[in-house]
Amino acid sequence: MNRFFDIPSDLQHSWLGLIGLHLREALLPVLAGLVLALPLAQLCVRFRWLYPPVLWVTTVFYAIPSLAFFVVLIDYTGQTELTVMIPLAVYSLVVLVPAIVDGVRSVPQETLAAATAMGFGPVRRYAQVQLPIAVPAIIAGLRVATVSSISLVSVGMLIGNQGALGNLLHDAQIYNRPELAWNSVLTTAVLAVLADAALVLVRVLLTPWMPSGGRGRRPKPAADRPEPAAPALKDAAR
Amino acid sequence: MAGSAGSVCQTRRVFGVLIRIDSVTKRYPDGTIAVDRLSLEIPDRSITVLVGPSGCGKTTTLRMINRMVEPSEGTILLDGKDVQQQPVNALRRSMGYVIQNAGLFQHRTIVDNIATVPRLLGWNKHKARARAAELMKRVGLDASLAERYPYQLSGGQQQRVGVARALAADPPVLLMDEPFSAVDPVVRKGLQDELLRIQDELGKTIVFVTHDIDEAVKLGTMVAVMRTGGRLAQFAPPAELLSNPADAFVEDFLGADRGIRRLSFFPSAGLRLLTSPVVAVDATAEQIAARDTAGAPYLLVTDLDGRPLGWSEPGDLTAGDVRPERLLPHGRPFVAGTDSLRAALDCAVLSPTGWAVAVDAGGRVTGVVSQQAIAEAIRGAHAEGRADAAADAKAVR
Repeated sequence: MNRFFDIPSDLQHSWLGLIGLHLREALLPVLAGLVLALPLAQLCVRFRWLYPPVLWVTTVFYAIPSLAFFVVLIDYTGQTELTVMIPLAVYSLVVLVPAIVDGVRSVPQETLAAATAMGFGPVRRYAQVQLPIAVPAIIAGLRVATVSSISLVSVGMLIGNQGALGNLLHDAQIYNRPELAWNSVLTTAVLAVLADAALVLVRVLLTPWMPSGGRGRRPKPAADRPEPAAPALKDAAR
Repeated sequence: MAGSAGSVCQTRRVFGVLIRIDSVTKRYPDGTIAVDRLSLEIPDRSITVLVGPSGCGKTTTLRMINRMVEPSEGTILLDGKDVQQQPVNALRRSMGYVIQNAGLFQHRTIVDNIATVPRLLGWNKHKARARAAELMKRVGLDASLAERYPYQLSGGQQQRVGVARALAADPPVLLMDEPFSAVDPVVRKGLQDELLRIQDELGKTIVFVTHDIDEAVKLGTMVAVMRTGGRLAQFAPPAELLSNPADAFVEDFLGADRGIRRLSFFPSAGLRLLTSPVVAVDATAEQIAARDTAGAPYLLVTDLDGRPLGWSEPGDLTAGDVRPERLLPHGRPFVAGTDSLRAALDCAVLSPTGWAVAVDAGGRVTGVVSQQAIAEAIRGAHAEGRADAAADAKAVR
């Protein structure tokens, strides 16, 4: 068990150090993606014709293997964390842009008309009505983007130990220590689950106005909660 | 009391003209004409209803008043000033707006929803919330709902919040776009009565859009009937609309029983009530015999408090042995004076004897009246109505 956390010195980090590095390399790109996706999505909402081409471009970017990205970027940004994070940020757009566009579009027409009729200008209406109501959809997108980013960081190992926990996979191979591979896989999975749970918590705190059950704010009738057997029955019916 | 089922729809007073719509046309880029050379003078401190089938341009007209839609031609004057010359957000904040399904902000509490416009106008939070609490009371919402979110309220309650929100900054004008059409009929009737009550208290200039002619007739001081293609078919007080439809379209739109519905505008106060065919349950044989000669084919038996029990043929009544369960049912009585001729006629038509029972506000019998007597009163009212309508029409012009 001691050997499980005994990280080879070539990685220049303790186990916890690798976790910190991994989170930074995974979460900063998602944050950058969000900052980029918000105005992009707003443009897509405003000019409907823009949405299909934007969606098409983000999908094509997503289809580019990260290795190809690295080959191009390495000339500009070298063997650095940045080279790993730029593709990850670009990948997150494929999830975040449609999530925000759908969220903002899901605001009922009456609500928008009422806001306009009460004298909200476009900026105020966006910030105070559309965006808050889109929060559940945006966070749903962030959850997918975050988990996917946490798993994708590992490929950074290909450009000289920039893969954080992923570097353990490489070391497991060269030092013939399979427990390091287990460590890498399990730690990454636990990080993803914890990050996902944290985002769910953020959503619960931000949206006390959501009617869906299981929040403990208001006891819901039992009928609203599906029986554990219900999904299984649904599957059987397919 | 105003507007409850049978009561008389009062002719509400008209003051000046607040909103003048002057040959306004709305043409969309694809060539469709939503509103076609519409001219309307919307009177101050009263409810003007725009009614018509879908696609008649009534909502477009409403939205041109607060510039959510800009007219292609023509002008709209608010209190003498062209709305298009006014800063758009300030203009909108000076008009309350109520929309179908309420359009509440689902992410804000009820009290914050109502406080929206005061906050936009820069009131401090405390003052805005105090005002919101006051309005919740005014529209009949319990104070305990203040911190709830919209999803926790019923459709009717949400619509009340919508009305409170529109009234929050005390605007002189209220624009209402089919506000009650998404709730069930019972709730809708309650909301309509509530609106009339609030209007009696506040005296706003209300422009109300609906596709429901009954709602238009019930709420409107003036009713503008619009036809497909965005043209005005008729602009008149509801009583005149029912008595004098301008053309076949309006007549058709009003429906088959407009004659009956028009009776809502005539009070029952003028009916001559007979008290002679009314006997108490403990009447003596002499009293029954005396009533018998009064000429009514039936006698109405009341309990000791004067509340109606039922009808009986005079010969079937035995003094000291009146059994209420053997009497003919008396149907639903009308309140003399408060209810309209429509309620009185309805009562007579439903009664197995053909006679209607009149009661006072406490439910005690004040007399009975036959179908024939009601028909006579209707003929008299129509003759009077024609004279009044002519005078009203002059006054509005």
